[in-house]
Amino acid sequence: MAKTDTKGKKIERNGLSDEQLRAMFRNMLLQRQLDNRGFQLNRQGKVPFALGSEGHEALQAGAAMAFHRGKDLLAPYYRDLGLALGIGLTPYEILLSLFARAADHNGGRQFPNHYSSKAAGLMSFSSILAAHIPHAVGAAYAMKYRGERGRAVLVTCGDGTTSEGEWHESVNFASIHKLPVVFLVENNLWAISTPIEHQMGQPEIWKRAAGYGIPGHRFNGFDPIETYGNVNEALDRARSGGGPTLLEGMCYRFLAHSTDDNDMTYRTKEEVTEHRKDDPVPRFERVLLDHDVMSGDDVEQLKRDVLRETNEATDRAEAMPYPTAADLYTHLYEGAWQPWQ
Amino acid sequence: MAVSSPTQTTQLMNNVDAVRATLYDAMKNDPRTVILGEDVGARGNVFLITKDFSKEFGPQRVIDTPIAEASIVGIAVGMAMEGLRPIAEIQFADFIYPAFNQIVGEAAKTRYRSNGEYTCPLVIRTPYGGGVRGALSHSVSIEALFYHVPGLKILAPAFPADVKGLLNAAIDDPDPVLFLEHKKTYRLIKGEVPDGHYTIPIGKANVLKEGTALTVVSYGLYVHWALEAAQQLADEGISVEVIDLRSIRPMDKTAILQSVEKTRKLLIVHEDNKFGGIGAEISAMVAEEALFSLDAPIRRHCAPDVPAMGYAEPLEHEYMSSPAKIADAMRELARF
Repeated sequence: MAKTDTKGKKIERNGLSDEQLRAMFRNMLLQRQLDNRGFQLNRQGKVPFALGSEGHEALQAGAAMAFHRGKDLLAPYYRDLGLALGIGLTPYEILLSLFARAADHNGGRQFPNHYSSKAAGLMSFSSILAAHIPHAVGAAYAMKYRGERGRAVLVTCGDGTTSEGEWHESVNFASIHKLPVVFLVENNLWAISTPIEHQMGQPEIWKRAAGYGIPGHRFNGFDPIETYGNVNEALDRARSGGGPTLLEGMCYRFLAHSTDDNDMTYRTKEEVTEHRKDDPVPRFERVLLDHDVMSGDDVEQLKRDVLRETNEATDRAEAMPYPTAADLYTHLYEGAWQPWQ
Repeated sequence: MAVSSPTQTTQLMNNVDAVRATLYDAMKNDPRTVILGEDVGARGNVFLITKDFSKEFGPQRVIDTPIAEASIVGIAVGMAMEGLRPIAEIQFADFIYPAFNQIVGEAAKTRYRSNGEYTCPLVIRTPYGGGVRGALSHSVSIEALFYHVPGLKILAPAFPADVKGLLNAAIDDPDPVLFLEHKKTYRLIKGEVPDGHYTIPIGKANVLKEGTALTVVSYGLYVHWALEAAQQLADEGISVEVIDLRSIRPMDKTAILQSVEKTRKLLIVHEDNKFGGIGAEISAMVAEEALFSLDAPIRRHCAPDVPAMGYAEPLEHEYMSSPAKIADAMRELARF
């Protein structure tokens, strides 16, 4: 982590331009603002539920920067706001999901944060952890089967999901067929209330890669540049026929699991405060300021823009209509739904 | 079934031949079609249904998977979402339980949860059913476990011509279909199968034998036994109408109600357990919609409430029905 935050030293960019660095920072600010907005709206009684990704901002902004829009597919999980934004979803689309409006991609059917967008290459997923991992592998198989070099699937999950059998089955299958897929684990040390030491006997998830005969790496997920470097390299390998990679990005979940969870029943304020010292958002802000990628005024202007954009998206989405009762019956099968036919 | 013209040529096939020929055509006709499952490659499936497919179509289209049922279906779901037309095989229906979430929670909900943005055109084939000394884990019927699930279609044809027509319909279908093949009928049941590509509409039952004294609704192996029993009763002067459901979900409600309104008595016969089985839903539907057409209580002749048939011959015998047992159930209802 030290390599990017020491003033005076040359910044390690992993090939990223100033514009890309600023785009990542913008994504991170937007994530934090939208996370905050979800919790605010919940406390105001305007949405029944919200999930936060706070602590995952750098990891997701960096990973999304490595995604090739229009080519790659993303198979995310429910704590991937920044990845969704980073591959092209707008704050308005995020807020439609929060407000469960008819214009939401899912028509207001799914929980918030369960995004899907065929146009963006974001695969539909449920709340069942690891169930989406074989889907990513199946999609990667389709790409390889059709000989589509230059495409890959980025599939993400939390540390807890790696306990599921389907996680293992999927990595194993991808290894057998050398599929163009990158397994990115966002390790925030908590699976709802279960700490990682109760989730696995050997807590370095990346080391499991050796057991599958594929490359594995762990990196600092509080650093978007380091994240980008790792994910970009793995995706490039996948796109060029080099097979799958297992990546473990270390981060922390600053918020409770969701608006329905009180994390102070299972972890201490001190632990959260300790991790807050490494908060990736102010940390990356310092890096950009120290290396003159942005000025203080630029940063303040960007923060105002992000807040304004979030406010506008909130108002616009809130004003949209709910799905109607009749919408309960659509899209079950192709054509009209007929019970018992 | 598709209307046969007098000039239409047919082939005599058993049910295994019909599945094999239909899969072969699908592989031949559509490069998006892939088959995946345990031992489907070099071994050609445990019933030799895909024998030599791997040689002809290549191992990338006839995929020998690891022994991992959840991901066999899960990977097929991902393939379907990304434009392939996978046909996943679960080697025996008894092994489908690890894939339950992928079928119920994922495949059946893909279209619905994405508001139609993503679809899951997937066929899951699996041999089911007993009478082959399959014991507790190679003989079960699974339809009732999946019957409850909106978003799925479930087919269980009994005759080779229906196997071909409905498997073609399943392969062409834009939504997930669970295709159940009764393993005792695989080589036991033979019939003429029309040449060329045809489909049978999903959701249409077939009135195999018309009758006036009572209606028997069944599917799978027991359809054949119900027909045999109905012939015995015909010799005794009792006219039984036999309906082969073919499609379990969606179900041909119209065919059942029309028949019951004519015969005024209903017997449901299935190999799956009675409690919570398909017969329970048919009974409820007929009670709701045609109670006053009935001259007798609805009867269900189904398996006892035990987990499955035992391996020992007397245990299997006790669990399974037979043409004679079905004939007894028919006589009893006819006498009411």
